[in-house]
Amino acid sequence: MTIKVLAIDDSRTIRSLVQKVMEDAGFICVCAEDGVHGVARFAEENPDVVITDINMPNMDGYGVIASIRNGKTNRNVPILVLTTESADHMKDRARKAGATGWIVKPFEDATIVSVVQRVTGERS
Amino acid sequence: MASVNSIRDTFFEECEELLEALSEGLARMEAGTRDSETVNAVFRAVHSIKGGAGAFALADLVAFAHRFETVLDEVRSGRIELDTDGFHMMFRSADHLSDLVAAARSGAPIAAGVTLAFIVALDDCLDDHDIDPNATDADFNFAAIPFEFDGPGEAGDYPSGTAVFDITFCPHAGLYANGHEPALLIRSLAELGALTTELDASALPDWRELDLLTPYLRWQMRLTTQADLTRLHEIFEFVEGLCNLDILPVRADQPDDTPDMPVAAEGATVETMTENPTDQPRIEPVAVPGQPAELRLQPAVPPAKASPDANPQTESQAPNPTLRVDLERVDRLINAVGELITNQAAIAQRVEEMTLATGAEIKTDVEDYRLLARDLQEAVMAIRAQPVKPLFQRMLRIVREAADATGKAARLVIVGESIEVDKTMIERLADPLTHMIRNAVDHGLESTEARIAAGKDAVGTISLSAAHRSGRVLITIRDDGAGLDRPKILEIARRKGLVPAEVDLTDTEIDALLFLPGFSTAASVSNLSGRGVGLDVVRAAVAALGGRVSIASTPGQGTEFTISVPLTLAVMDGMVVSVAGQTVVVPIASILETIRPEKGDINRIGTSESLLSIRGRFIPVVDVARCLGFASTIDSQATPLLLLVEGEDQDHFALIVDEVHDQRQVVIKGLDNNYGSVAGVSAATVLGNGQIALILDTDVIANQRDMAPPRTWLSTQITEDAPHGLN
Amino acid sequence: MASTEMQSQADLEFVTFCVGGQSYSIDIARIKEIRRWAPVTPLPHAPIGVLGVMNLRGSVIPIYDLAARLGLPGTPDNPRNVIVVAMHGGQTIGLLVESVSKILSVSRDLIQSTPDMRSDTVRQSITGLITLDEGMTRVIDLAAVVHEQAMAVA
Repeated sequence: MTIKVLAIDDSRTIRSLVQKVMEDAGFICVCAEDGVHGVARFAEENPDVVITDINMPNMDGYGVIASIRNGKTNRNVPILVLTTESADHMKDRARKAGATGWIVKPFEDATIVSVVQRVTGERS
Repeated sequence: MASVNSIRDTFFEECEELLEALSEGLARMEAGTRDSETVNAVFRAVHSIKGGAGAFALADLVAFAHRFETVLDEVRSGRIELDTDGFHMMFRSADHLSDLVAAARSGAPIAAGVTLAFIVALDDCLDDHDIDPNATDADFNFAAIPFEFDGPGEAGDYPSGTAVFDITFCPHAGLYANGHEPALLIRSLAELGALTTELDASALPDWRELDLLTPYLRWQMRLTTQADLTRLHEIFEFVEGLCNLDILPVRADQPDDTPDMPVAAEGATVETMTENPTDQPRIEPVAVPGQPAELRLQPAVPPAKASPDANPQTESQAPNPTLRVDLERVDRLINAVGELITNQAAIAQRVEEMTLATGAEIKTDVEDYRLLARDLQEAVMAIRAQPVKPLFQRMLRIVREAADATGKAARLVIVGESIEVDKTMIERLADPLTHMIRNAVDHGLESTEARIAAGKDAVGTISLSAAHRSGRVLITIRDDGAGLDRPKILEIARRKGLVPAEVDLTDTEIDALLFLPGFSTAASVSNLSGRGVGLDVVRAAVAALGGRVSIASTPGQGTEFTISVPLTLAVMDGMVVSVAGQTVVVPIASILETIRPEKGDINRIGTSESLLSIRGRFIPVVDVARCLGFASTIDSQATPLLLLVEGEDQDHFALIVDEVHDQRQVVIKGLDNNYGSVAGVSAATVLGNGQIALILDTDVIANQRDMAPPRTWLSTQITEDAPHGLN
Repeated sequence: MASTEMQSQADLEFVTFCVGGQSYSIDIARIKEIRRWAPVTPLPHAPIGVLGVMNLRGSVIPIYDLAARLGLPGTPDNPRNVIVVAMHGGQTIGLLVESVSKILSVSRDLIQSTPDMRSDTVRQSITGLITLDEGMTRVIDLAAVVHEQAMAVA
């Protein structure tokens, strides 16, 4: 079964980039443009991993994580946050919020693919 | 699948939108709206630009965006309050950000000094609020960062080559809750070398007492690997603090030694990860169920503009569903509809020519067809129509820069920005509009001192408005400055020999002098204008769109320019006429009336010029056929059929035509694509019979007969009182 | 004709036609279509050889009298005249010729360069010569034929 990724980011550019990298790596990738749409798509698509930005309108990344972790189904899905910080307090905050891992922007293609592989167990 | 290049294009398109949102957001904030949604949107705009720029390694853009973002972060968290100067700097920084985006897009670099100046200004802003600009830089790292381990036992303490590690791994509930799977972590370890694992299920209670949310399993592992400690810890990077983890290097001669780890008591969580084998892990009795409870404290946030002060402005922001379409497809659609219109005209013509019984049904059908085609055309034209808003918004920056450059204070008031105009029109109005706005600030507005002395508001107001008026779009630029200095204009015109010394001109005529090439009243070349770009260039650009410009002015109160352009460049209402046996089209917009004069109304001047006497004025008569280089078929004795047309400067001409046929809407076809420009011809159209008919540029034709219209017009004025009937 | 086994030299194909009693040819890649003659709308103050414009399925294309553009006497009116629709630099143009002869397939090395000729106009318009069984055909440089101003359009 091909891994399905849900990418949530309010930047069209980032969505396009993530989708391209994911698809090039052999994953399926669907997108959403903010937290609200992200949560809706999560319910529709049941992805194997979620990649979400933090700063978004309407509902930010932390809201997405909370919504998923408290949701009915698939609540232990791996969730990766896209962040521009790499500091320790970011890591703590992400972990405490329930994120499985993080990807620092700007990301290398190989990095994001390997993190997705790490948390899904998917080997190419 | 999108290629990287097309994603790069996407990025720059997105930047346009983000810069627009930034500008609007700042404007709303300056006007008093400080709700969190607006402020956050401003922050996010810059943040997103930075994020995308990073992905494309646009270092200059990233660096500046980062500084800008830092300040905006402080603003949104309330640590910085912006005053007038502060907002001014935000706007100028946004302008510079826009320049950097443009530079990144085109590859043309921006002088580092300019950016540096902005960065210094932004840093000063932070300083003023006792915020250390460099503190935030600790987080900011341009390159993607691999995990850095900063505990004891750094890499390098152990010799390269094979090492053995004893690993104890005890996941907490939080590890599972965060979506981690121990099997994956253990598998990752296994990839690094030879791994033996031993499950310790001793904590597992009787299944009847099993709490599904409590982890009971731990693993004891031994790994023989070439990888170093850093690499091992990397694997557990994400689960730091969510488990008990001990990774102990083992000497080759050490027995398999299970460190004495206290069994994690039920319900106990350990917060810290330790490396030193002699340390006892701290146990903090925190109830495990507390973890899920923590999560519950953040209920799923309803999709909300939750801020209580959400005002109607933010509500109206919810965009309508839109569709992004390739411009080429739209153009193809428009062309196809144009052909449909032509085809409909052809069919209508054939039906006309057929002798049919009156009331024949096909006539009704043809008429229905015409109306349907027209509806379709309007709908399709509407697709290309866009609000002038982005264009007008750009003028805000022009005013800012012009004001700064001239040392004046000016504001721009925009009205009617939702008025829609054909997309091509918007692009081609950008330059003329920019010149006129700059002129308004530079020449229109007085200096601040003069304004105060005159009892005016120190800040000058330029108003830019758009409105629909009888099938055209009117754009007005008004300033509340000193108005046109007519005596000075007349003096300069006389000095340049544009106006004979003894002739008096009306106010309207003096104002019209500004449109003459090379005319500039500036005594010295200011920073902005006087670069040789005069109103004549503006007028030519507007005329190329099928429009015209006019001026009105009141001394002491201000000046107003009005640009009138057709709604669309694709279709035009035209009068189909015959000239020299050719069928040509004259734009309805220029035509005042059709005249069949009496013999006595035409007066000859010299050998080839004629004047029409009408309602007390003399109007030059133009032999269109001759102007176009066609053999004239006009019998010189007979009184010709005349079209009275209005030129750009509201002057009038009478065009000689053979016949007037009918008025109809014609699809405009450019000659530029496959040929080039032709003097006297603005475009072409396809008639119902499939033939091409040229669309005349009446201004050029009228002026071809004379190189200096004002002079001739004036000299004609002189002869008005001369005896009637010069022969 | 070049045999199809000769792949070493790329074969070029030309459309040859008759203008002013002479044979001319154009690279087939540039030809869009051949049309019967149809009335042309004259352009004001047109340069020599620019007959006017014609409607090609909704597009306005200029029609050049190829003979006149080459400095030869103008092509006489004849309903059997033909319009060769060609592409040049993104523009679609029409060339009025007397008739179209045939399609020629030659290998590149058979195209000879133009020797010095007295008529400068003709020489500048021709990029090469090809020997035919029944004489010679001149390969036309469309850039020399097309109205100059068209190139300068912003």
